[in-house]
Amino acid sequence: MSPGTQYTPYHPKWYRHRVSVWWWLQNRSYVYFVLRELTSVFVGLWALLLLWQLRALVQGPEAYAHFLAQMRRPFFVALNGVGLLFILFHTITWFNLAPKAMVVRVGGKRVPDWTIAGLNYIAWVLLSVAVAAVLLRG
Amino acid sequence: MPPSVTLAVTRYRPEQESEPSLQTYEVPFRKDWVVLDALNYIKDNLDGSLSFRWSCRMGVCGSCGMMVNGSPKLTCAAFLSDDLPGPIRVEPLQYFPIIRDLVVDMGDFMHKLKKVKPWIIRKEEKPLAEGEYLQTPDQLEMYKQFSMCINCMLCYAACPIYGLEPGFIGPAAIALAQRYNLDSRDEAARERLEILSEHDGMWQCTFVGECTKVCPKSVDPAGAIQQLKLVGAVDWFKFLLPWGTK
Repeated sequence: MSPGTQYTPYHPKWYRHRVSVWWWLQNRSYVYFVLRELTSVFVGLWALLLLWQLRALVQGPEAYAHFLAQMRRPFFVALNGVGLLFILFHTITWFNLAPKAMVVRVGGKRVPDWTIAGLNYIAWVLLSVAVAAVLLRG
Repeated sequence: MPPSVTLAVTRYRPEQESEPSLQTYEVPFRKDWVVLDALNYIKDNLDGSLSFRWSCRMGVCGSCGMMVNGSPKLTCAAFLSDDLPGPIRVEPLQYFPIIRDLVVDMGDFMHKLKKVKPWIIRKEEKPLAEGEYLQTPDQLEMYKQFSMCINCMLCYAACPIYGLEPGFIGPAAIALAQRYNLDSRDEAARERLEILSEHDGMWQCTFVGECTKVCPKSVDPAGAIQQLKLVGAVDWFKFLLPWGTK
């Protein structure tokens, strides 16, 4: 480009495609991505359910019995079922992506991706076992 | 093996038409031909008016990136035999403005690339007499992967965030910023972190991950962006701590 040339960022003759609202159906990884983003809704819902449960617990046995009765209704059973699937998807996809963000070097060599992801899974299993142990003991 | 294959190629002649359309060409099929060979066959034998960029034919120059059947690819590395029986759709890199046929405007990328200061910055240059800045193989290894970028912009065409938010500084520019941040000779990581922490910087990325998948040089821009986010987040927490660096 010669010094006298004016660069025109919005040239009228250049053609710009509009991005379709359905861009995320263009290929499978976009669909997975949008599903992964959607999992945050269910993570949020579960957090709200947990808060509701805690509130019922604080209010006494009657309120807690009411909470449990609510949870047995088909709507909440379905919500929890779908929620579980989305949260598993959330957990597994993020654990698998963790090595991308975490570069750990030991003795100058990069720790392989499967080690980082594996440590996440091990921590997940250990914490789940610990929680299960606490719950089943009582 | 089919005797020929059909290519549906984007044509856009701004002086004649208001929007692009696909034109089909029948080219001979050869086992060792890539899409770029077919385009050159069209240009030489069928239609000399077809415009497209290319140079090295061996995945080094980064000029011949196009959408092949909807995926961003270097056409010099996309074999016709991988997309049989055809027709093979060849379109300009998506999300970029089309100048003519398969040629897109790369001004936006060039501008963004410059913004992240992809060169070695020293607080103080040492005198020439003191010699080069030496580097060990381990230090080279830290950033080598990110230095393989050939600026082909396939990662931009793969990034829906760039399509939806054209201001996003984008995968390759961030990966190249990280390349210099990790270089032991460079001292401007802080400066680049501030540029990348702006509204259109790394936080626009929602980790779709397609940039890494389409990269012909295995640069892993998605990894670079997440690693920078981690640096940015740690930096922010340090700022919150009373004894942290202000």
